[in-house]
Amino acid sequence: MTREKNPNDLFVSPEQSMQVYNAMQRGLSRRDAMKVIGATGAFAAAAGAFPGFSSAWAADSESATPQYGGRIRVAAHSASTKDTLDPALGATAIDYVRAYMFYNGLTQFDEDLTPQPCLAESFENTDNGSHWIFTLRRGVTFHDGKPLTPQDVIFSIMRHKDPETGSKVASMVEQIESVKALDDQRVEFNLSSPNIELPSILAVSHLVIVADGTTDFSKGLGTGAFKCQEFTPGVRSVGVRNENYWRDGHPYLDAIEVVGISDESSRVNALLSGDVQMINEVSGNSAERMKTSDGYQVKATNAGNYTDLVMRFDEQPTSRPEFREAMKYLFDREQIKRVALRGYGEIANDQPIISSSPYYFDGLPQREYDPERAASLLKKAGLSGATVPLVASPAASSSEDMAVLLQQSAAQAGLNLDINRVPSDGYWSNHWMKHPLGFGNINPRPTANILLSQFFLSSAAWNEAGWHNEQFDQLVIASRGEPDLATRKQMYADMQTMIHEESGIGIPVFISSVEGFDARIGGMDRTVPLGSFMGYMFAEHIWWKG
Amino acid sequence: MRDSLFGLVLGRLASSLITLLLVSLVIFAITSLLPGDTAQQVLGQFATPEQVEALRAQLGLNQPPLLRYWQWLSGFATGDLGRSASNGVDVIQLVNDRLPNSLLLTAITTVISVPVALIMGIAAAMRRGGILDRTLNLITLSMVAVPEFLVATLAVLIFAVQLGWLPALSYVSTVDSLGAFMKVYAMPVLTLCSVLIAQMARMTRAALIDQLDSAYVEMARLKGVPPMRRVLRHALPNAVGPIANAVALSLSYLLGGVIIVETIFNYPGIASLMVDAVSNRDLALVQACAMIFCGAYLLLVMLADLCAILSNPRLRNR
Repeated sequence: MTREKNPNDLFVSPEQSMQVYNAMQRGLSRRDAMKVIGATGAFAAAAGAFPGFSSAWAADSESATPQYGGRIRVAAHSASTKDTLDPALGATAIDYVRAYMFYNGLTQFDEDLTPQPCLAESFENTDNGSHWIFTLRRGVTFHDGKPLTPQDVIFSIMRHKDPETGSKVASMVEQIESVKALDDQRVEFNLSSPNIELPSILAVSHLVIVADGTTDFSKGLGTGAFKCQEFTPGVRSVGVRNENYWRDGHPYLDAIEVVGISDESSRVNALLSGDVQMINEVSGNSAERMKTSDGYQVKATNAGNYTDLVMRFDEQPTSRPEFREAMKYLFDREQIKRVALRGYGEIANDQPIISSSPYYFDGLPQREYDPERAASLLKKAGLSGATVPLVASPAASSSEDMAVLLQQSAAQAGLNLDINRVPSDGYWSNHWMKHPLGFGNINPRPTANILLSQFFLSSAAWNEAGWHNEQFDQLVIASRGEPDLATRKQMYADMQTMIHEESGIGIPVFISSVEGFDARIGGMDRTVPLGSFMGYMFAEHIWWKG
Repeated sequence: MRDSLFGLVLGRLASSLITLLLVSLVIFAITSLLPGDTAQQVLGQFATPEQVEALRAQLGLNQPPLLRYWQWLSGFATGDLGRSASNGVDVIQLVNDRLPNSLLLTAITTVISVPVALIMGIAAAMRRGGILDRTLNLITLSMVAVPEFLVATLAVLIFAVQLGWLPALSYVSTVDSLGAFMKVYAMPVLTLCSVLIAQMARMTRAALIDQLDSAYVEMARLKGVPPMRRVLRHALPNAVGPIANAVALSLSYLLGGVIIVETIFNYPGIASLMVDAVSNRDLALVQACAMIFCGAYLLLVMLADLCAILSNPRLRNR
């Protein structure tokens, strides 16, 4: 079996992509569409190159018909007494997985992160995105038999606006001014300003639909493909097949047990000994170990997670533009990817949008490692031979390794970086964005606009570097209401260029999330580039061949 | 004699209460000193200041620390352990879910390790300097020297990953037969035993040898008392005090200090509950766990002292 040998080039070429797209337009599934490429002879290249395609589908294509039945156990990397079935409070992979198992959103992401109908069978906007009408699917019932009504939608969305809920996505729903029932099937959303991406926002796991008036979320009462049979925070939860699931033919599995195993080596051992069938957050070393065994497969997904160097505009010496530019030239990105990530990543270009995003701008020249240029920039900034503290922490993944590598390359340019390691406990509230030079870690966001709004807008609470650019701010807002795709793409290209050129963050690499699974799990070739576990939505798409 | 024992127990209980009070105060102070509070920990990296404020108000975190301590203490005194701040569940329920697991693991390990350790220690003491003693010495020393995470990891790699005989994880709720029960507990108990047996056996040997060297044992020997009787009837009762204390310390460790074993085997015990609680700054839960550990420790040490008094005729008849 050929395995993913080369995580460097994770993507199909544009021509191949077009072929796949055209085939899908003709009604083929993505799997079948990928075979189109195979038929034209580009098979091998595409198999190794597709995001996370561990070439498994090539070997499995004959047994690609889903099978029904079976029970698997999935282990996620973190679980604690903080675990919740309240979608609004979801904080880690295991919470997101459960949210998508037991509940459904109005919309759902497909493999290109385009929002597709889910509980809403259709949606439309009337005026460039400030009024939206969602038509609910008929015949959908909650696990207790109660039919889905517009009231459920109103309750599910509006509860995020109440500070008492403690919603993790309060900032995303702020723009939703009101949600109204037009009749017993249609719901109207009114936004404070146009947002063409509302359907994408409604697809996130926090905004799935719960039953009207729910106060006790521990039962996991939703419309999802699995019913909650057991939920013990920090220990495990069990979902059993929902026989009345509205999506015909799904799910395939009879039951899924979700557990948390926080220790990485225990997690890998549990997979290798057959106690669990799927795990996430696998380290590069363990991934290599797993690849040597035929019964297991490794899948790397670049969802756009990045650990970035934060250079504050309001502090010295990072307020000097030459210093910031010099730091960006001091990343030896190839080395960081090879050493800090063991190859499981993708070279980034100091802007946060990944190449699989529809808004990625490929015309931006890659910033290369250039210590001489950095040295002259530092000289211009009057900082040759200076000593600057750099804060790193295990809380920002791989930041300690990156800091050491950066320290070595900075020495070449005559800059001494004094690495200050701080514990992960309390890092985000006490250190992140509070030092002139430090690291942050940003998890994937569902849309490019949310990412840019939350981390680069001048007024954003998490504007990491304190970067202010009015033109950029205007573009972020304007792009939300721009109906024309080509114009919108151009706007995103401009924004990426601005961040790359001016902003105070350096993004050396995107960190792939690596998961391991038993080879007897079918359907794993589906990839949603939002995170591991098929963007946390694997539950209803996989089957058991054992 | 009964009165003096009763008095001792009463005195111990009274001082235990004061100890618990002091411990709770120290734990409260230390938890308050940790960077970040419950609201920040619950909301995570991407919390807005408004959300943090709202949650703080909801949890009552903006009240002065002393008042919060008093609220907790008065609740505790009336048997109300409070609610977990991180997920709103009653602390008593969280503890109820986990404590039986920890007690079961402690019980099984105790039942296996204590007799084995005592036999090993006594045998080594009786054959002091002999082949048996030196062999046992070597074994126990190397068991003490190897850290338990290494024992546990090696055991998993060998028995679960390579041989596939045992599950790599301990799932308490999937046990439905004696065979499954033994499989699930084999590795955690083995790991814990390997450390504890070594410690207890060495303490037993040392305590017993101390007594065997004393004049009265010499006397018994000169009078022709056979070796077995000399050790079990004469020396051992006098050595029970230190041995019981060593056992008590080991057992209190089993209840709360087995975080490594709980982590590696994903065993849902009370130690990992407390670690979760500390990292979430979940004060009520931290305090409840601390009280359990501290209470168990005090109780075990008291029992050990009682054992020492009751087993020793000289102390008993004083």
